[in-house]
Amino acid sequence: MTLDDRTPVRPAMEDGVPPLRRFPIEGVPPLEVHDLSVAYQRRPVLWDIDFAIPPATLIGVVGPNGAGKSTLLKAVMGLLPLASGEVRLFGEPFPAHRQRLGYVPQRESVDWDFPTSALDVVLMGRYGKRALFQRPNAADREIARRALQRMGMAAFADRQISQLSGGQQQRVFLARALAQEAELYLMDEPFAGVDAATEQAVLELLRELKTQGRTVVVVHHDLANVPQYFDWVLMLNLRLVAIGPVNEVFTAEHLRQTYGGRLRLLTEVTETLRRQEQEVRR
Amino acid sequence: MNASFDWGALLGDANVRSVLLGSMLLGAGAGVLGCFTFLRKRALLGDALAHATLPGVCLAFLVTGSKHPFVLLVGATITGWLGVAAVNVITKRSRIKDDAALALTLSVFFGFGIVLLTRIQKTGAAAQAGLDKFLFGQAASLVPADVLLLGGVTVVLLACVVLAFKEFKLLAFDPQFAATIGRPVGALDFLLNTLTVLSVTVGLQAVGVVLMAAMLVTPAAAARYWTDRLPVMLVLAGTIGALAGAIGAVVSMTAPRMPTGPWTVVAATALFAVSLVAAPRRGVVARTLRRWRTRRRVAEENVLKTLYHLGESDGVWDAPRKASDVSGRRRAKTAGVASVLPRLANAGWVERTGEAWRLTRAGLDRARRVVRLHRLWEVYLTERLHLAADHVHDDAEEIEHILTPELEAQLEAALARPRFDPHRQQIPYDAPVPASAAEPTVVP
Amino acid sequence: MSPAFWIILTASVAAAACALVGCFLVLRRMAMLGDAISHAVLPGIAIAFLLSNSRAPLPMLLGASALGLLTAMLTELLHRGGRLQQDASIGVTFTWLFAVGVILISLFAGQVDLDQECVLYGEIAYVPWDTWTTSGGRSLGPRALWILGFALVFNATWILLAWKELKICAFDPELAASLGIPVAAFHYLLMGATSITTVTAFESVGAILVVAMIVGPAATAYLLTDRLGHMLAIAVGLGVASATLGYGLARALDCSIAGAMAVVIGVLFALAFLFSPSHGLVPRAWHQRRLADDVRAGRAGPIVGQSPDAA
Repeated sequence: MTLDDRTPVRPAMEDGVPPLRRFPIEGVPPLEVHDLSVAYQRRPVLWDIDFAIPPATLIGVVGPNGAGKSTLLKAVMGLLPLASGEVRLFGEPFPAHRQRLGYVPQRESVDWDFPTSALDVVLMGRYGKRALFQRPNAADREIARRALQRMGMAAFADRQISQLSGGQQQRVFLARALAQEAELYLMDEPFAGVDAATEQAVLELLRELKTQGRTVVVVHHDLANVPQYFDWVLMLNLRLVAIGPVNEVFTAEHLRQTYGGRLRLLTEVTETLRRQEQEVRR
Repeated sequence: MNASFDWGALLGDANVRSVLLGSMLLGAGAGVLGCFTFLRKRALLGDALAHATLPGVCLAFLVTGSKHPFVLLVGATITGWLGVAAVNVITKRSRIKDDAALALTLSVFFGFGIVLLTRIQKTGAAAQAGLDKFLFGQAASLVPADVLLLGGVTVVLLACVVLAFKEFKLLAFDPQFAATIGRPVGALDFLLNTLTVLSVTVGLQAVGVVLMAAMLVTPAAAARYWTDRLPVMLVLAGTIGALAGAIGAVVSMTAPRMPTGPWTVVAATALFAVSLVAAPRRGVVARTLRRWRTRRRVAEENVLKTLYHLGESDGVWDAPRKASDVSGRRRAKTAGVASVLPRLANAGWVERTGEAWRLTRAGLDRARRVVRLHRLWEVYLTERLHLAADHVHDDAEEIEHILTPELEAQLEAALARPRFDPHRQQIPYDAPVPASAAEPTVVP
Repeated sequence: MSPAFWIILTASVAAAACALVGCFLVLRRMAMLGDAISHAVLPGIAIAFLLSNSRAPLPMLLGASALGLLTAMLTELLHRGGRLQQDASIGVTFTWLFAVGVILISLFAGQVDLDQECVLYGEIAYVPWDTWTTSGGRSLGPRALWILGFALVFNATWILLAWKELKICAFDPELAASLGIPVAAFHYLLMGATSITTVTAFESVGAILVVAMIVGPAATAYLLTDRLGHMLAIAVGLGVASATLGYGLARALDCSIAGAMAVVIGVLFALAFLFSPSHGLVPRAWHQRRLADDVRAGRAGPIVGQSPDAA
C-alpha cells in the first residue's frame, strides 16, 4: 500500500511488449470498453482497459486474485463509478440496452438463508421486463419454470434456497439469468465450488447460449480448462494483458505477464496441454 | 393486577379500545418493516434511527410550540431519517465501519436530543411533561385522535409494503442484481428507509425512543424461526409486534405510572424466546432432536456395518456375535454397543440369540448399503479428487450416513459401478447369499 | 476548588477511561457490542441497588460486570446455538435486558435511589457534592472521581501489560490465534473492561451517552492516524477536550452536561470526517480528482506486479 499516486510510474512491462493485438470483429460488438479505469479510494484497480468482444462468443476472463476481474464486470454494468472511460453495449452507451444484459453474481454475494424459494429467485430474472411495482404474470412464471427445468432443477422449484447444495444454488442463479432472456451475459465465477454435474450443466448451458448467438463473459479461475471451455480469453492484471481467440493469445508469455512468476509450473503445464491438443487436432 | 379486575367494562371503554388498537397497529407496523431491516442485516440500524428521533421531537416542539402528534411526528421523521443518512454517509465515505457509525450516530443524536429536552425542561416543566413520555413510552396517553393519525400512517405504511413487495424483496436479497436490471436501487432504498423511519416514529409514543429498536428486531427475529416464506414472515412479525403492543398497552392501563415501552419489549422478547425454542424445524428443540436422532442413527448404522465387516472376514453373514466382538472390531466401548443392539433388535435389524446377536435379512441389506456408500465414496475421493487412499477413510465414515439414494445413484453412475474400493475391498452391490445356503464371498 | 473544576476533571477521567476501551472496540468492529453492554448493565446495577440498599461501588461493579459478561455470552449463544444472525442477536439481547432494568427501577422506585433520568443522562452536575470523607471529616474529593479514576488506571494497566498481544489481536485476530495468543481470553477481557468502564461512567453520564464517550473519540482518532499508540493518545486527548468544551457548552445553553459532551464529540468527529489529512472526505476527493486528471493526461500508472484487493 505504498503506492504514491503523485509520482507518475512508467511500468516496466510496457517496454519491449508489443501493443495489444486487435482481432477483427464482424457486426456490432455486444460489448465494447474504451479506456476504462477504476480507482478504489486512492488505489487504481483497473487501468486503461480497452477492448471489444465479437457476437456469439464464449469469453473467459482470467487473472490472479485481486487483478480486478469482478471489478471489471461491475464497472461494465455501472455498479462502480468509473475514474475514466466508457462502456458500450451493442454500440450504444450502456443504459440504452440494459435489458439485453444478464448477470450472474458470485454465489457468495447473497445470503442463501433468505426466506424465499428457488422459483422465486428465478422469477427475479423477469423483474427487469416488468415495470416498477408490477407483479410478474403467468407467462413470467412459465418462463421461470422452464429455466429451472433447463438447469435440471424443476424438482426443487419450491425448495427454500438454503436447503439447496452449493451446485444447486449456482444452477438457480444460472436459471435466473436464463429467465432474463438476455443477449449478453456476464457471469462471475459460475464454476467456483460446484460439483462435477453442475460444472457439466453450466458448460452445456454456455455452449447452448453461444449457438443461439449470445455472448457470455465468464470470470474464471481454473486455467487448466480455459482452452476447452472458451473461444476467447481476456487476460487481466490491473491492465489488459491480452484479449483474443484462446489458441492465439492464451500463451505462456501472456500467462507469465498476467500472473508474474507465480504460476511458472502451471503455465508450463497449460502450455504442454495446449500443444498436445493442437497436435491431436492436426 | 387483582382478580376482581373488570375486563369487560374496561374493553367497553372507547378510550381503552383506542389505546389497545393503537398499540397493536404500531407494533404491527414496526414488526413488518423490521423484517426488511433484519434481512438486510441492518437490525441495529433501527437502534440508531430510533434514538435519532429524539432531537426531532424536541425541535418540533421548540419551533412550533405545539405538542400535536402530527407536528412531533414530522420532526421525529426528519431527524430519524438524518440519522440513517449519517450512518450511510459515514460508512460509505470513510474507513469507519458500520458498528462504530451506528453507535456514534445513536449516541450523538440522542445526546443532542437530551440537550434540547433539558433546555425545554428549564423553560417550564409543564410544557416538558408531554415530551418525556417519548423516552420510554406511555401508551395510556394515546387519545382516539392520536390513534386515528398514527393508525392511519401505519395503514399507509403497510399498503406501501404490499405495493412494493417485489422490489423490496429483490433489494433485500440481491441489491446488485437489482441495479443491473435497472431498478432505481437508491430510490427504493430511500423509500424503504423512509417507511422504516415512519414505523419507528409512530411507535414512539407507545414504546419510547430508547426501546423502539427492539420492535424492529425482535418480532422479525422471532418470525424467522417459523417460516421460510417472506410473505408469511411479514404477517407473523406483524402479529407478534401487535401482540406485544397489546400487552404493553394493558400494562400501561392497569398501572398508569409504568412506562409502556419496557413491558412491550419484554412481551416481544418472551414471544421471541418461545419461537427460538419451540418453532418446528428451525427452533432449538427441533434442531436438537434432529441432531440427536442423527447421532442415534449413525450409532446404529455403525453397529450394523461392523456386523457386516465381521461377516465379511469369516464369510458367515448370519453368525451370532457378542457385543464385545463388535466393540473390539470398532475399538468402541462395549457398553455403548450393548445399548444400541437391543434397539436394533426392536426395529427388526438384528435378532437376539442368547448373549449374542445376528443380522436379519433386512439388517444385512441396510448394513450392505452403508458399506457400499462408504467404499463408493472412497473411490470417488481417490479417483476424482486425487486424494491418497489412506486419507479417505475418515471422510467416508461421515458421508456413508448422509448420502441420499439419488446421490448414491449418481455416484454409482459417475464411477461406472466400480468393483473394488481403493483398499481392494469388494464393493457389495448384490445380496450375498447366507452362508448356510452357499459358499461365502471371497474377500481378495 | 470550584464545582466546575471537579465536574470537568471527573468528565475528563471518564472520557479517558472510555476512550481507551473504545479504541479496541472500534478496531475489532465491536462498537455495537459496547453499546449493547452499556444498556445491558442496567438490570445488574438495579439488582445491586436492591440487594445492597446503597450506592456502594463494589456490588454495583459486580452486578454490572456479571450482566456485561452475560450479554456477551447470550449474544454468542443466540448466534451459535440459535443460528440467529449476529446483529439481531445483539439487538434482541440488550433491548430485553435494558427493558428489564427499567422495569426494576420503576417497580422499586421507592427503594432505589435511581430514576429514569439518571439512567438516560446521568447526574454529573451533582458530582462535586457527593464526596468521600475520611473518618476525620477531611474531604477526599468527589466519590465518582475516585471510582472513575480506578477504571482509568485499570484500563491503562491491562493495556500496558498486554500491549504487544493487543496490537496483534486488534489488527489481525487470525494471525494472533496462529501465534498462540488466547484471542478468546482477550475478547472477554475487553468485554469485562467495557462493562467496568461503562458502569463507572454510568452514574455520571448515563447509559446511552457513555456510548458516545466510548466510540466517538476512538472513531475520530481512527480517522487521524494509522498507528495504535497514536490512536489511543489522540482518543484520550479528544475525550478530555470534549469533556471541557461540553461543560462550557452546557453552561452557555443551560442544559444537560452529558448531552452537551456528546454533541461536542459528534462535532469533533464531523470535523475529522471532513478534513482529516489522511482519511478526510475533502482531501480524499481532491486526490481522486487529481488521479482522474493524471489518468486523462497519461501521467500515472499502477506499479506492475502489485495486486491491490479488488474493490
